[in-house]
Amino acid sequence: MPVRNMVQAINLALREEMERDDRIVLLGEDVGKDGGVFRITEGLLEMFGEERIIDTPLAESGIVGAAVGMALYGLMPVAEIQFLGFIYPAFDQIFSHAARYRSRSRGRFSCPLVIRAPYGAGIKAPELHEESCEAFFCHMPGVKVVVPSGPYVAKGLLISALRDPDPVIFLEPTRLYRMIREEVPDGDYAVPLGQARIVREGSDVTVIAWGSMLERVVKSLEPYDAEIVDLLTLSPFDEETVLRSVAKTGRVVIVHEAPRTCGFGAELAATIAEEAILSLRGPVLRVAGPDVPVPLAKLVEHYLPDAARIRAAVEELLRY
Amino acid sequence: MPRSVIETFPVTRLDILDAEGNADETLLPPLSREDTLRLYELLVLSRAFDGRALSLQREGRIGTYPSILGQEAAQVGSAFALEKSDWVFPSFRETGMHVAMGYPLDLLFRYWAGDERGLVTPEGLNILPVCVSVGTHIPHAVGAAMAARYRKDPIAVVAYFGDGATSKGDFHEGFNMAGVYRLPVVFICQNNQWAISVPRGRQTAAATIAQKAIAYGFEGVQVDGNDVFAVYDATRQALERARSGGGPTFIECFTYRISHHTTADDADRYRSVDEVEEWKKRDPIERLRRFLEKRGFWTVEYQRELEHRTRDTIDQAVREAESAAPAERREIFLSVFEKRTPRQIREMEGGADAGA
Repeated sequence: MPVRNMVQAINLALREEMERDDRIVLLGEDVGKDGGVFRITEGLLEMFGEERIIDTPLAESGIVGAAVGMALYGLMPVAEIQFLGFIYPAFDQIFSHAARYRSRSRGRFSCPLVIRAPYGAGIKAPELHEESCEAFFCHMPGVKVVVPSGPYVAKGLLISALRDPDPVIFLEPTRLYRMIREEVPDGDYAVPLGQARIVREGSDVTVIAWGSMLERVVKSLEPYDAEIVDLLTLSPFDEETVLRSVAKTGRVVIVHEAPRTCGFGAELAATIAEEAILSLRGPVLRVAGPDVPVPLAKLVEHYLPDAARIRAAVEELLRY
Repeated sequence: MPRSVIETFPVTRLDILDAEGNADETLLPPLSREDTLRLYELLVLSRAFDGRALSLQREGRIGTYPSILGQEAAQVGSAFALEKSDWVFPSFRETGMHVAMGYPLDLLFRYWAGDERGLVTPEGLNILPVCVSVGTHIPHAVGAAMAARYRKDPIAVVAYFGDGATSKGDFHEGFNMAGVYRLPVVFICQNNQWAISVPRGRQTAAATIAQKAIAYGFEGVQVDGNDVFAVYDATRQALERARSGGGPTFIECFTYRISHHTTADDADRYRSVDEVEEWKKRDPIERLRRFLEKRGFWTVEYQRELEHRTRDTIDQAVREAESAAPAERREIFLSVFEKRTPRQIREMEGGADAGA
């Protein structure tokens, strides 16, 4: 089976789905001739032409707004926002429109689209190139939020997103783009949205992570009997898998790189408190970014959760 | 090196029918007697809907409502040029367009009474839901036009918005993309001179709103928005251009909001009664009536019969709206996603706190 990195896996998903479904068109800044700043869309212009691979003006709200219009018309647009930190001008389009056309029109119109954005810290890029604001989108009823943690799930999740009838925010951890190589098959396979996966079974503690933190969690916790849950879809998240694992281990650590306050860990912790407090032996702990803007390269490792912090949280919980 | 003029840009304005009902015969659009009477009846129906909506609001039977009083020609005249297959992206003050396109009036009453089911556009019409967030639907029209071109559908897309919307970023981003891709889209600005309390002069220092199109590489034209023939003709030509690959057009309908911003507003706080009285003299419906009378198409009996017919239509729409089955709690969950999430299912089936 071919071994691929995440860039290649996402490119392959786009290519195969575009061949299968002529509703799919790509639009964004530099996605055409340049193949995207991370080369995710490399070669697609040559295969599908300017009609379907659309270089746009530099206008994030316009890109998402146009994608909304295309989706309303019956296409399946994939809008690329060059870095997640540039998506803020498009919040209005996502929250006021993409997420709401279906309910606003009581199902008469809908907005099937995918917004792809590279995200997360650790690539020595300038300010606003390393944001992890995934929780904002989880607070928008009407959009789904998906975060792959490696090449195999990236392809399968993107295929599911491209077949979903509703808007999907697809966040690609930049730190992992070329870090992990694994077997990624050609052809059709879907990793379903809304389902977490147990990456490693264990019995002492449940550690929940997603995106770029998953790789750190897995590496950091090798000596522990930890059950590691890769959330994959943040909204709607797989409560069943999370709660089953919590019931089994009685201890929970949530790891995310976004700032702690109102990060997605807060929702997980609240749900666990509401649903499973009687099976807990100790507090739900969060290992998260501090409540500061993500710093530039020289200080970023003081921001990102690292092995020491992840292990310390697990050690603390194991005392209960 | 000489200093030279490298570009000059004319801005045109179209006037066909004056306030006394006199028309420039050389500019009159090709409308039959039946068409012209139909236009008149749609204007009268739009105003009647508006008047009824205002009284229903005062009686507490509908919620906040934005009046179109004075803007009927700008809305009806432009919509009259559209085909049913065209896609229309309205703002929240486009009742005249809805009336002219044949959108069911009972649905409009229901929407303004706070029932989302009023935005379920009937099959066969491509009118998108009312956009409350000012100007943010302009890029949607652009995207729909991109999709129509990709599908090779011979349609045009129209976006309606007001003078306030021309200050928004999405106006710029949408117009810019429409120009870059030469899309089959027509932008119709209802310049009614007021964005709630902020006058047109505070929206832009530009001499006209129409000229903003120039910077995006396509034509902008100002029309007398109270002249239904001028609005109709400019829209007809813009649609022809769009359908024949000539790209977008921007039409500024120079008109006036006679009423308050909405039923929740008091315009006397910020503008003079004299200004409003001046604009009332340029009433779009009265001038068409005078035109029809001069042509011998209008009589007192016809007017009486029309008003009677119009009242029946409105009465019937109100009856239908108010006798619709009440919306149920579960409906708020049904259309967020195509399929409910597990949490939504629990929220739908249980009480408000059954979400966890």
